[in-house]
Amino acid sequence: MISLTNIVKRYMMGEEEIMALAGVDLSIARNEYVALIGPSGSGKSTLMNLLGCLDTPSEGKYILNGRDTSTMNDNELAKVRNQEIGFIFQSFHLLPRMSVLQNVMQPLVYRGIPAAERATLAAQALNKVGLGDRMAHRPNQLSGGQRQRVAIARALVGNPSILLADEPTGNLDSKTSAEIMALFDELHQQGQTVIVVTHEPNIAAHCHRTLRVSDGKIVEDSVNKPRVVQ
Amino acid sequence: MYAFLEAFRAAMTSLMANRMRSFLTTLGILIGTGSVIAVVSLVQGFSESIKGQFADIGGSTMTLQAENNNENFRTGKLNNIHFADIDALRYRVPGIGVVAPIMQVQTAGASYKGRTASPQIIATTTEFQAVRARYPEFGRFIVESDDKGRRRVAVIGAQLRDDLKMTENPVGEFFRIGGEWFKVVGMMEKQGELLGFSQDNYAVIPFDVGRALMGNNNEPFISASFTVQKMEEAEQVRERVKRAIRQSRGLKPGQENDFKVEAADTFIKQFEEITATATAVLGGIVGISLLVGGIGIMNIMLVSVTERTREIGILKALGATRRDILIQFLLEAGLLALLGGIIGIILGYLVGMGIASMIPGFPPAQAPLWVVIAAAGFSALVGVIFGIMPASKAASLDPIEALRYE
Repeated sequence: MISLTNIVKRYMMGEEEIMALAGVDLSIARNEYVALIGPSGSGKSTLMNLLGCLDTPSEGKYILNGRDTSTMNDNELAKVRNQEIGFIFQSFHLLPRMSVLQNVMQPLVYRGIPAAERATLAAQALNKVGLGDRMAHRPNQLSGGQRQRVAIARALVGNPSILLADEPTGNLDSKTSAEIMALFDELHQQGQTVIVVTHEPNIAAHCHRTLRVSDGKIVEDSVNKPRVVQ
Repeated sequence: MYAFLEAFRAAMTSLMANRMRSFLTTLGILIGTGSVIAVVSLVQGFSESIKGQFADIGGSTMTLQAENNNENFRTGKLNNIHFADIDALRYRVPGIGVVAPIMQVQTAGASYKGRTASPQIIATTTEFQAVRARYPEFGRFIVESDDKGRRRVAVIGAQLRDDLKMTENPVGEFFRIGGEWFKVVGMMEKQGELLGFSQDNYAVIPFDVGRALMGNNNEPFISASFTVQKMEEAEQVRERVKRAIRQSRGLKPGQENDFKVEAADTFIKQFEEITATATAVLGGIVGISLLVGGIGIMNIMLVSVTERTREIGILKALGATRRDILIQFLLEAGLLALLGGIIGIILGYLVGMGIASMIPGFPPAQAPLWVVIAAAGFSALVGVIFGIMPASKAASLDPIEALRYE
């Protein structure tokens, strides 16, 4: 489903050129559960941005579901993000002025789905993450764990190919973290492809495959022992 | 259209979330439109009331007058309308309704029980009330037999009655015009003031009595008012009148007209031109004030875009295109200005009405629909134009940078 070939990403930092990714080859199949780990500055975030179609590579090819995204323009990328990617961020990134339900409905707005249908789909997604009774609340009336669940519902509502989570438990305590990871496990079991960017080994341990990034390259690609869900 | 509706909803949400700021941002637009509506409603009210005073006469009445240039006034050889011209008007032009000859009688003024006044003395026939659409309040108007019998009767205006301190209903009183005694047979409806001049300081006497009063030494200063039978034939009748009068005055081909035939609404047309000019000048001033208001909106929108950088990043991550963001912010600016404009229109109208009611005798303020629509539309346009820069800034934000923004 995902196929990266010799991906290179360069930035200009003032006069200096920085190579954030120095030739990455990677393929991820449907329904994989992948952890992306590595120290800060390793190129992990850059890789995630590319996978999430927030950015395009300087060189190389990124084929997502049979489409080459490396040459797409802004509008095409926005469409791909809307349809193929579900983002989950460390600091939740909910829209503060909207209710929980409106937050979850937002991606469907850009897909041109009528309001009534949006509300139905968003309510379904919220029920899936166990927040069916909080739809009218504002994000600031919820706990951190609940906010992240809303974000997950928002990522899921458009039925994306990939769930892309960037340090999803970074702002949560260990108990809530465990609950969120259990939710990811469950979604994976239901057939969702999940990619988690993290620096915590115990989070990465939930995943079935670990990619370690260092100095702009994937230095380790290992398969974890399948975890038994209690 | 659908995306537009969604952007509208988003823009409304964000404006309502910052009510106080939205209000202050649009204050410039509010004051701009408010002041124009206040002034325009006063001017319009004033002009409507003047037009109303002329409406009775209307376009179906025309006046035949002598035309004199500066040379004539200097040499004293004034052109004049003759009695023959009046007869030509009466008997030789088809399409004319009634003709009222009007003679301005120069006399030494009016007196009554030792009190004096200087009314305008108009000598005319019974048709006068039909062509001028003025009717008596008390008593009657001049009738045909007054003219034929040269009766010394007069119909007076309300101002003359008050100046001479006659009783409320002056019918039956005797007073003097020049040296002659006249009996008051009627008093006309009050016309009120026009541009500060009373329209009621006059006395109407029978036409032939006026002729006798003037004697043979002075050539009387005559004009004639006449009605047109069919309003839509007014222009043809006017041409016919010109031809008939040229003939009766013995003008040779190529010789210029020494008279003019004017519709009674000429003055209204001139007045409308003046109001239009005044409105255009005001429009210019308002344009400048809206420009300043627009800059205010642009300023705050730029701040707002910076403030909401992360929100824009989130929307882009969720799949918003440049266009989605652009439309949302443009609409936000447009709506902001439109709301300011609408509040300004309402406040301006209230202020206009307040001022009009505070000045004694000033007609009530009026805001015509086209002015209201133009003011609202123009404010929205200003908002959209000054929203372009902030909105395109928002639309072109890089999603990665925007998401990282603290």
